[in-house]
Amino acid sequence: MFGRNAGVTIVALFTALIAGAGAALAQEVGLGAPFDWQMGFQEPASPVMRDIVEFHNLMLWLVVSPVVIFVLGLMFYVVYRFNAKSNPVPSKNTHNATLEVLWTVVPIVILVAMAIPSFKLLYKGDVVPSATLVADLYGIDVAGEITLKATGLQWAWEYEYVDDGVFLFSSCLYGPDYWCFGGEAPEGAQRLLETDNPVVVPVNTLIKVQVTAGTVLHAWAVPAFGVKIDAVPGRLNETWFVAERIGTYYGQCSELCGRYHSYMPIQVNVVSQADYDAWMAGQLAAIQPDRLKAPSTQLAQQSIPTRRALANAPGIAN
Amino acid sequence: MTETAAVAHEAHGNPTGWRRWLYSTNHKDIGTMYLIFAVVFGIVGGLLSVIMRMELQSPGMDVIWGEPGAQEHTFNVLVTGHGLIMVFFMIMPAFIGGFGNWMVPLMIGAPDMAFPRMNNLSFWILIPSALLLVGSTVIGEGAGTGWTVYAPLSTIGMTGPSVDMAILALHLAGASSIMAAINFITTIFNMRAPGMTLHKMPLFVWSMLVTVFLLLLSLPVLAGAITMLLTDRNFGTAFFDASQGGDPLLYQHLFWFFGHPEVYILVLPSFGVISQVVSTFAKKPIFGYLGMAYAMVAIGALGFIVWAHHMYTSGMGVDTEAYFLAATLVIAVPTGIKIFSWLATMWGGSMTFETPMLWAMGMIFLFVLGGMTGVVLANSGLTTSFHDTYYVVGHFHYVMSMGAMFGIFAGFYYWVGKMTGRQYPEKLGKWHFWITMVGVNLTFFPMHFSGLAGMPRRVADYPDAYAGWNLISSYGAYISFAAALFFLYVVYKTFKSGEKVGANYWGEGATTLEWSVPSPAPHHTHEAPPTVR
Repeated sequence: MFGRNAGVTIVALFTALIAGAGAALAQEVGLGAPFDWQMGFQEPASPVMRDIVEFHNLMLWLVVSPVVIFVLGLMFYVVYRFNAKSNPVPSKNTHNATLEVLWTVVPIVILVAMAIPSFKLLYKGDVVPSATLVADLYGIDVAGEITLKATGLQWAWEYEYVDDGVFLFSSCLYGPDYWCFGGEAPEGAQRLLETDNPVVVPVNTLIKVQVTAGTVLHAWAVPAFGVKIDAVPGRLNETWFVAERIGTYYGQCSELCGRYHSYMPIQVNVVSQADYDAWMAGQLAAIQPDRLKAPSTQLAQQSIPTRRALANAPGIAN
Repeated sequence: MTETAAVAHEAHGNPTGWRRWLYSTNHKDIGTMYLIFAVVFGIVGGLLSVIMRMELQSPGMDVIWGEPGAQEHTFNVLVTGHGLIMVFFMIMPAFIGGFGNWMVPLMIGAPDMAFPRMNNLSFWILIPSALLLVGSTVIGEGAGTGWTVYAPLSTIGMTGPSVDMAILALHLAGASSIMAAINFITTIFNMRAPGMTLHKMPLFVWSMLVTVFLLLLSLPVLAGAITMLLTDRNFGTAFFDASQGGDPLLYQHLFWFFGHPEVYILVLPSFGVISQVVSTFAKKPIFGYLGMAYAMVAIGALGFIVWAHHMYTSGMGVDTEAYFLAATLVIAVPTGIKIFSWLATMWGGSMTFETPMLWAMGMIFLFVLGGMTGVVLANSGLTTSFHDTYYVVGHFHYVMSMGAMFGIFAGFYYWVGKMTGRQYPEKLGKWHFWITMVGVNLTFFPMHFSGLAGMPRRVADYPDAYAGWNLISSYGAYISFAAALFFLYVVYKTFKSGEKVGANYWGEGATTLEWSVPSPAPHHTHEAPPTVR
């Protein structure tokens, strides 16, 4: 019968899909960028992302999959057992107080059990800590902290290293056709991910990221760090990460910001402290004096329209 | 209906020709127009999604025609159009205007809606609304803001007439829905047949009652928000402009205070239809009727206090996030009650699996899947990984494109005989179900993988690594759209050669009042109120 086959087909289809998802989550994944046919998260490179992966696995295997399979199993059983052929006379039973209480209380218990680690994850990841607190919370060594400011523009990210005497640079997508003219991409560059001026940060250091925007909303995101925060004009949002592994990490703007929304990636190069120091010295030496504004308070005092004008000035686009 | 009654009605006239439709005050005719409207815009919205999927089928901008930059903008216009059309011009007209108009008066034993002329206006005001939205794509550059119309992209980020037209389209659609809400509330509260107490109402009517309350309470908030957008755009106000003391987040709060109830507006009627269908084909009364009714009331009420879970990454503060996390999780409880009560209704039943039942069972299972990814998304600690990725796109299409649309198809196959007097061809209906089932799962299941891997939504082009799953999604979309065209063929066959049916063609399981009137339901029904035991 068509209906009975229906159940079997659905069961087979979804068991296969769920099993597939599981296999993918267990498979070896690359670092910092997505890979072909990826089915799970990117390999975590920060303690927060490790927590996220762990909590999500817990959800997937202890809550989502069991509930879906349980409901599917029940549906399969009723199709098999209570079709017109197997059960010609329908029962008249429409109430069962015990059962109704049970299927209200059991989900509540599951949800409460889930909410506890969920709240923990939220507060641990969301509140911007000090370097010592990160070390305590996650049991890792944290060398120090750096404040990085990211400003979303249409369509590039502009970065400021607030601690080292403010300097600005914009980070553009490679490719001649886009707004900010990153130029021809070098050999082996990841299309739509590689930028001309990546952010450079030292490994095992608390990076506090302050995020805002010029004209419209954007969102600054790096999946491997478990970081995503909206860039909102007139607001300074803050997030943080500690990169635990040297490497190159990519993200993309994650809030619709107009026509070139897909063309403003985020690239973070995580390097050793020595490499970082050398890079920073080179940057500070190379930039023109007028771009170097030593007292960081001055920038904070600039009004948003001035900042926008600054950001949209052609010179900044490199 | 007796012959004398029929003659009596000829006396005050059954208008024919264009007058019958343009001047219509008849709930069935208006319902029919709403259904036709929904089918037309379902195809239009589907077509937009097919163009999107063609563009996303492979990396690079190679399908949408135009200059670089214009191509990407066109893609954003398609995204916006698809979202707005499917929400305001497909699902809502099909459920509320279509099945609601047709079936609520029939099911409660009322002769028509309480305000028939307002009912007429509710429908006809949708036409200029739709024209404005469609016009916004050709006049000016098109509104590429996304269906959320977030400021400041929709204010200083996009000048020109398109966004204004889209906003006015939403205003008119909102006015239409508010009128419909007033009409349904009055009808359901005042025009039930003697003996039809609230606690005896069919669950579809309950679902409509909750839905229209959500409409009535949430749409004015949207109207306020988009009016502020209009004045920000055109009259120099600065509600959402940070440089003049406004706040972009204010818009998001206002929008989602409407937007979250809106998603329940889309899916609650589906719950209602599924309850009728499951009970009919299990040949059992619905299990835990009161629990089912009040679970919908609870879902509706909770819908108003969880809105900011759409804004977890906006930087609204960790304690606010914690509250919205907790409140959102609570929704799983009444939703669970509904799912388990449907299963318990089937338990002990004597089920047959005609097309409406297949859609209903498909809906229940896929809604559970979409609901469970919703429980995952509720955890704001995970949101830095999920927000604005394709995981979210997968999630909400499981609850909308399957939860709501499967409900529409279940309702269509369930009631088409009642509405037209002709039964759909069973075999074709089942084919339609299975093609759609394969298509939508192929489209939306891989989106979870893309999302986990980090692919942002609303992108016109993506890094090459995401190509694999996008290709599968695109094939799925083509199959789904083919299924939608196949549906048109099923409708054609139904009208042309569908078997003529009697009053109650589903038999003992179909116990609600619409099965007591002939098929097709005559122009005027329940002229003397039926008595409900």
